[in-house]
Amino acid sequence: MTAPTAAVHRVFVVRELGIALALVLLVGVTFAVNTRFLSAQNIKDLLLGSTILAILAVGQAIVIITRNVDLSVGSILGLAAFATGNLFVGNPGLPIPVALLAGIGLGALCGAVNGGLIAAARVPALVVTLGTLYVFRGIDYTWATGRQINAADMPHDFLALGTRTVLGVPVLALFAVVVLIVAGVFLKSYRSGRELYAIGSDPDAARLYGIPVGRRVFWAFVASGALAGLAGVLHAARFGTIDANAGLGSELNVVAAVVVGGVAIFGGSGSVYGAALGAVLLTTIGSALPVLGINPFWQRAAVGVLILAAIGLDRSLAVRLARRLRGGSDRGR
Amino acid sequence: MVVDTPVREPVTPPSRTRARGVLGSWDLLVVVALIAVIIVGSLTIDGVGNPRFYRFVILEAIPIALIALPMTLIVITGEIDLSVASTVGLTCSVMGWLWQAGVTSLPLLIAISLALGAVLGAVNGVFVTVFGLPSLAVTIGTLALYRGLAYVVLGDRAVADYPISWTTNMIAPIPGTVVPWFVLVVAVLAVLFGVLLHATPIGRGLYAIGNNAEASAYSGIAVLKTKFWLFVATGVVAALAGVFWTFRFASARADNANGLELSVVAAVLLGGVSIFGGRGGLLGVVAAVALLGTLRNALQLADVPANALTIVTGTLLIASVVGPNVVRMARGRLRRRPPPAERTQP
Repeated sequence: MTAPTAAVHRVFVVRELGIALALVLLVGVTFAVNTRFLSAQNIKDLLLGSTILAILAVGQAIVIITRNVDLSVGSILGLAAFATGNLFVGNPGLPIPVALLAGIGLGALCGAVNGGLIAAARVPALVVTLGTLYVFRGIDYTWATGRQINAADMPHDFLALGTRTVLGVPVLALFAVVVLIVAGVFLKSYRSGRELYAIGSDPDAARLYGIPVGRRVFWAFVASGALAGLAGVLHAARFGTIDANAGLGSELNVVAAVVVGGVAIFGGSGSVYGAALGAVLLTTIGSALPVLGINPFWQRAAVGVLILAAIGLDRSLAVRLARRLRGGSDRGR
Repeated sequence: MVVDTPVREPVTPPSRTRARGVLGSWDLLVVVALIAVIIVGSLTIDGVGNPRFYRFVILEAIPIALIALPMTLIVITGEIDLSVASTVGLTCSVMGWLWQAGVTSLPLLIAISLALGAVLGAVNGVFVTVFGLPSLAVTIGTLALYRGLAYVVLGDRAVADYPISWTTNMIAPIPGTVVPWFVLVVAVLAVLFGVLLHATPIGRGLYAIGNNAEASAYSGIAVLKTKFWLFVATGVVAALAGVFWTFRFASARADNANGLELSVVAAVLLGGVSIFGGRGGLLGVVAAVALLGTLRNALQLADVPANALTIVTGTLLIASVVGPNVVRMARGRLRRRPPPAERTQP
């Protein structure tokens, strides 16, 4: 490995280690205050709580790496959750894998609408997905017309998915782990995955280099939509009651998790592992504050401080990296 | 030996003039759409012609209209402020807390609120201009931070025991009409921001910054200073919206105006302001705020479920960016030229 590549590599490792360290520190301090924080039940709750945000964060990271953003994930989640519940109301004996595929397929379709508009009409992702945030949520509202789907309407096996554990690990969390590993390997080791980073670093250069930018961005949005659809199905399984408000307003939380996890908001760097760690960290703060005796009302404020700290850290790392790549003064080492 | 150096003629780039042509007609299009909605609505929907209808539309639109004014300027410089709704919420919380703590002077309450807004805006400004961080990420952070502080200050309580005269005065009509007097405040601010943007060197500078911040810095525009003060102005105006919000609903709560930031951004973008900066105007934005408010309330009177209205908002927003681009691409194809490359960042 040449010196600059090694430097780049080291910075990214440092970034993900940093967030992991913050997580370990938070858990450690909370554990020291109250050892029950790491009881089997509480670990299970923490994992369950982070699962849905982590899956959304993985999809969002893929999109943000290409220098786009997907604000419609909360609405896609709501739509897929309601569709799943509705499917079970209509067909009580429906096999669970079919419900999962239906949710993922619906999400992918929504993602294809986003990606199609962005890639074909060449319009900014922020505007389009802000628009589809409203449209998908509106479709959800119109479809639901104030109805609520309750646990009694869904098969027992499906709801058990939300509580069952394998060797102490919740099944839902396993979904997140599989998604994370697949996405991580794809982004790191596959040509089209690497091309997503190239697009995010410099879309024009990527186009000149011959990367099919439009097609890659399209599929990034399809992936984000499909993962939001999956998150919707899991939401239905976990909570049991669904109305049209599922996932309302979660889009900025997802972006926050991704940013905290070290994915640059203007693309080209970061990893899905970092994004998932960011999601876990944000969720853990929520459960750690009451244990630490801090008013839970401080939670959102703490999240805000964390986001500002994370982007500040990224900025200083980037500045230091740029200095090293230029071969300038190597202070701080 | 004489070397001929090619002299570059100072020509106006055709894409710019064409863009400006599309833009001018976009402002007009939004105004025409607004008038069409009003005319068609009054003819076909019972109650839309009623003056009380407009009183309600205006009361509902005031907070969005207020915040959309400085937001337009910020977006034109290529930045964004997503923390505005949380600034409204924190202002409401602090006002409620002060009132309970015994501050009973209305001017003092308003002054403290506006000063608080300035501080909150300045925090955004410092992060963006001094530390050089992207405003999208910074203001998502302060969105969480300010809303969190709002909960810290007031918890989940609601402070609602303000004097009746304060709350009725805030939404009182201009004598002899049904129009709320507060709309005059919005109008004065709209004129101020409009003149600043469209008739002063500072305003021209904002467009220059949005088109190319680096080039503007080299041509002597104080880019960072301008951006900083824009964030401060946005904070102050958002705090003013918070004061209005508190008294209009006679209730200070930490979750006031939750999610309003996306409504404001939607109105600004629908008004023809480019998310990349450098393009757009205040007239289109004001018309877009009025259009969205009128359309929402008119459709509600027409018994269209309130929920379906979000579909209309979203579709309008998508159409506002896809429409002009498709037109431009079609024109480009007619002239057998590739369409102008659009930047594909958020």
